[in-house]
Amino acid sequence: MDNFTVGVVVFPGSNCDRDVSWALEGCLDIRTKYLWHESSDLSDVDAIVLPGGFSYGDYLRCGAIARFSPLINALDEFVKSGKRVLGICNGFQILTESGFLPGALTANKNLNFICDDVELDIVSSKGGWFNNVDEKQTIKLPIAHGEGRYHCDSDTLKKLVDNELIALRYKNNPNGSSFDIAGITNEKGNVLGLMPHPERACDETIGGTDGLFTLKSLILK
Amino acid sequence: MDQFAVKVFVRLRPSVLDPAGEAAKSASIKLGAEGIKSLRIGKMIEVKIEGNGENEVREKIDLLCDRLFANTVIEDYEYSLEKL
Repeated sequence: MDNFTVGVVVFPGSNCDRDVSWALEGCLDIRTKYLWHESSDLSDVDAIVLPGGFSYGDYLRCGAIARFSPLINALDEFVKSGKRVLGICNGFQILTESGFLPGALTANKNLNFICDDVELDIVSSKGGWFNNVDEKQTIKLPIAHGEGRYHCDSDTLKKLVDNELIALRYKNNPNGSSFDIAGITNEKGNVLGLMPHPERACDETIGGTDGLFTLKSLILK
Repeated sequence: MDQFAVKVFVRLRPSVLDPAGEAAKSASIKLGAEGIKSLRIGKMIEVKIEGNGENEVREKIDLLCDRLFANTVIEDYEYSLEKL
């Protein structure tokens, strides 16, 4: 595992890339490498994080333009190979826009940009992203988004439920998301998208460590 | 080559909540406008585009709408096309 490297993707407008890198390197001793969005060479990274922020200024829709970057094009093969991809906040929006995850993220019901700590129920252990959270069924992570209301049609929702693809649900739905959904995985479990920010909950001095295990599970096979 | 002016309208699907529309509706009522039953906000995109005839241009616009202008999970689109 010594050489395991997590690629942290940088789009114009990403603003959580350094936080993710700090959390992985500083808190978990996992090597990271920034990947500029125009790169399509993913050969020297073992997992990828699409960090939060405002890629391309959220123009048109959040994540709509980022999806056409060379790196996202190359991501298809990376995902098919079974390697792990974690999309946080804007990264989650990019994963839905590009079709790696179903549904869409739309404007919060109350139109506010919400910055808060939220309690989340761990619903599914698919992919092992939350396996090691000390047997806890509930974790607390920060959210910071204006467009985090998860929406999908009823057929998709049924599929998410039946196949145990819902990873996290809000205890007190802050944004109007369908079925209180805060995070989902793909069917294989190697892609997780979530609106909360695990990288902002990796050190007790900034309010909690419930994000550590999700980031740590990037190194799972 | 023919040139066309295209106006694309992108709207949230009727089943998708439009909080911005609701807020604008509330402001409209505060302004004193009466009788507003529904108010929903969409986008209009103007494109000038060249192509060999209307069919070819429609194919290009359909691609743009499906893949970029609209997210068909939550949005519908329609467009009008005028030959210049």
